[in-house]
Amino acid sequence: MTDATANQNPAHGALTTTDARTRRRNAAEARFRLYGQIAIAIGIAALILLLTSVLSNGLSSFRQTFLFLEVTLDEKTLDKSGVRDVEVMKKVTTIGYGKLIEKSLQSAIEEHGITVEGLTDKDVSDMISKEAAALVRNKVLANPDLVGQTVPVKVLANGRIDGYLKGRVTMESAERDSNVSPNQLLLADAMRAEGLLVKSFNWGFITGADASELRPEAAGLGIAIIGSAYMMIVVLFLALPIGVAASIYLEEFAPKNRFTDLIEVNIANLAAVPSIVFGILGLAIFINVAGLPQSAPIVGGLVLTLMTLPTIIISTRAALKAVPPSIRDAALGVGASKMQSIMHHVLPLAMPGILTGTIIGLAQALGETAPLLLIGMVAFVRDFPAAPPEGFFDPAAALPVQVYNWTQRADPAFVERASGAIIVLLIFLLAMNAIAIFLRRKFERRW
Amino acid sequence: MNTVKLAASALAMAAAASAADARDQIQIAGSSTVLPYATIVAEAFGENFDFPTPVVEGGGSGAGRKKLCEGVGENTIDIANSSSRIKQSDIDLCSSNGVAEIMEVRIGYDGIVFASDINGPEFAYSPADWFSALAAEVVKDGAIVANPNKTWSDVNGDLPAQDILAFIPGTKHGTREVFDEKVILAGCEETGAFEAFKTAAGGDEDVAEEKCMALRTDGVSVDIDGDYTETLARIDANKNAIGVFGLSFYQNNTDKLRVATMNGVVPTTESIAAGDYPVSRPLFFYVKKAHLGVIPGLQEYIDFFVSDDMAGPDGPLAAYGLVSDPELAKTQEMVASGTPMAPLN
Repeated sequence: MTDATANQNPAHGALTTTDARTRRRNAAEARFRLYGQIAIAIGIAALILLLTSVLSNGLSSFRQTFLFLEVTLDEKTLDKSGVRDVEVMKKVTTIGYGKLIEKSLQSAIEEHGITVEGLTDKDVSDMISKEAAALVRNKVLANPDLVGQTVPVKVLANGRIDGYLKGRVTMESAERDSNVSPNQLLLADAMRAEGLLVKSFNWGFITGADASELRPEAAGLGIAIIGSAYMMIVVLFLALPIGVAASIYLEEFAPKNRFTDLIEVNIANLAAVPSIVFGILGLAIFINVAGLPQSAPIVGGLVLTLMTLPTIIISTRAALKAVPPSIRDAALGVGASKMQSIMHHVLPLAMPGILTGTIIGLAQALGETAPLLLIGMVAFVRDFPAAPPEGFFDPAAALPVQVYNWTQRADPAFVERASGAIIVLLIFLLAMNAIAIFLRRKFERRW
Repeated sequence: MNTVKLAASALAMAAAASAADARDQIQIAGSSTVLPYATIVAEAFGENFDFPTPVVEGGGSGAGRKKLCEGVGENTIDIANSSSRIKQSDIDLCSSNGVAEIMEVRIGYDGIVFASDINGPEFAYSPADWFSALAAEVVKDGAIVANPNKTWSDVNGDLPAQDILAFIPGTKHGTREVFDEKVILAGCEETGAFEAFKTAAGGDEDVAEEKCMALRTDGVSVDIDGDYTETLARIDANKNAIGVFGLSFYQNNTDKLRVATMNGVVPTTESIAAGDYPVSRPLFFYVKKAHLGVIPGLQEYIDFFVSDDMAGPDGPLAAYGLVSDPELAKTQEMVASGTPMAPLN
């Protein structure tokens, strides 16, 4: 009895006074909270650091420097025969067109009375992107009647000139740079004052094809975006039905025995397999055995399907499990068959969960790089793939792979473009996650 | 069911793959050194010809050659870029897979230069200096000893008394192969260490070569697995260091780097083209002859690649840093007539 009484009267006094032990406990809790806050602060700081570095490097890629020129499409150079036969006119290469653009730039400089000492003709023509000639050539071949006229064109300026307007190239660095001279930068300043050189929004970055190292200013993400979209279509159309069918069977129909346990364990393990393994598998099976083409979105899509399947199966099963048994029992009770109860009642109720899981799986697949490196998606591709379904078999790039590709290029202009590509990829990922959250919020039912 | 339909259409799509129409674009893979040159040509080719732009992939010289030798057919590549010459093992693999005739096209040369910080002293090297500075074991007074040299003046009295620190390409780079062979091994033979190693190994030349190419592991020689930009950044941080670069990279960074001479020759496109500068290598691509006439535009592409407009001394490839081949006319003729390569000697 004395023991019990002692317990009822603990050592410390009233609840309002804090003794040493309570203070210790309170201090421990405060410390624990602090640890949590520090962890969150580190996370946020890392995110801010990442975003600022990506944004500060990459935002400039959405604006580009253009030259406004009046190009005289000289008949003597472009169509000697004068019959405007496109097949004959194709013989004139971009070198011929390049010379016409150079001439028009020189005359524009004269017209505006710009004089910069110590510039050779080559220095002047180097201000123009090598892409310009291809642009004008395509324009003329599409409309041969333009020959003989003087047409206004908007062409890209050279990457270094663009870098000067963006602050990447300075007078000091130009002095030591063998690819650009300070005189060219002075000329750029003068042309800018006359309105010949203008910085404007760079649609080419989003819609254009990749470009070689000689013309970083022309490199765009168009093919990568299409390639990624094609792969996502393949993944959606394969992984969703297969994944949902597999989970419905496992969750609703399959007997619980050692074999299904084994399958379940394997699915969980599959979700943890490094993605590069799927790439090796894809190379061995889809390309070497099945004979599918290299660098094609169909192969990328198939590989990413394998990777996404476990994610979809696991989330679908969780969504099916979350539907209360009373729904199934009620359906069965009024005489529905098992399949009817699932198709008419359980599946629609589980749909928001399934879709969320699918979108998150797709977002994961969109950002995946490693398996694509093995199946040739890292290639330099300049031609846009055709419309589906043929386009699934044409070579294409993918967004994350394009980032990887550009970070390896030597020209500093590609640094900006790689960061720009990251921004585009992040926008897509954010949009997909936003859709997933929206679907969950809108359709989710709580029991 | 809807899902069943979707799955069925997806399967049908995959099945259509085997019946996909003939490949109409050229596929190229291989050396990452040749990659920028190949993309420049591919881009111009796509612009000026009616054929689609070739698809160019990197992946390394060895991987590219292996892919080329996988067999004949649309699912195999047409051209392998290579920064080193094809090996007999590749040719054997090729012929065992039915790839009988290969064309070897030399597009030009790539120089490998040694450069240090622009404000540092001048260096005039010979391969022997590099061997004595970096080899794990050297011959001193007739005996094989662990490398005792600390400064460049220990190696060669004419060199500045600066601590030895070299950033050399990692073993995954093709450049390392050239460095090992043309600098370290050449230096090994020059100093007579090769003979000493050979005697010590009982006359086994392979063992001797291996000993020649074994580099110090005491932090004096640092492997750089990244690209030349990393080497440049390391030199910027460590002004005493010497780095190994490609000629084109150095030429784009003349404001930051001071180049060293090798056997008294300054590396320039001219001295490399003339063969005076010893550390250079030819760049190649290999064409599967069976694909000529099958893959549209293949012949046109290789003709275009070696044309004066592209690979000539004033062409865009030279502008990017390729040392133009003085015998380009011969290559053009060879490509036009489609002569397959002779057996390796």
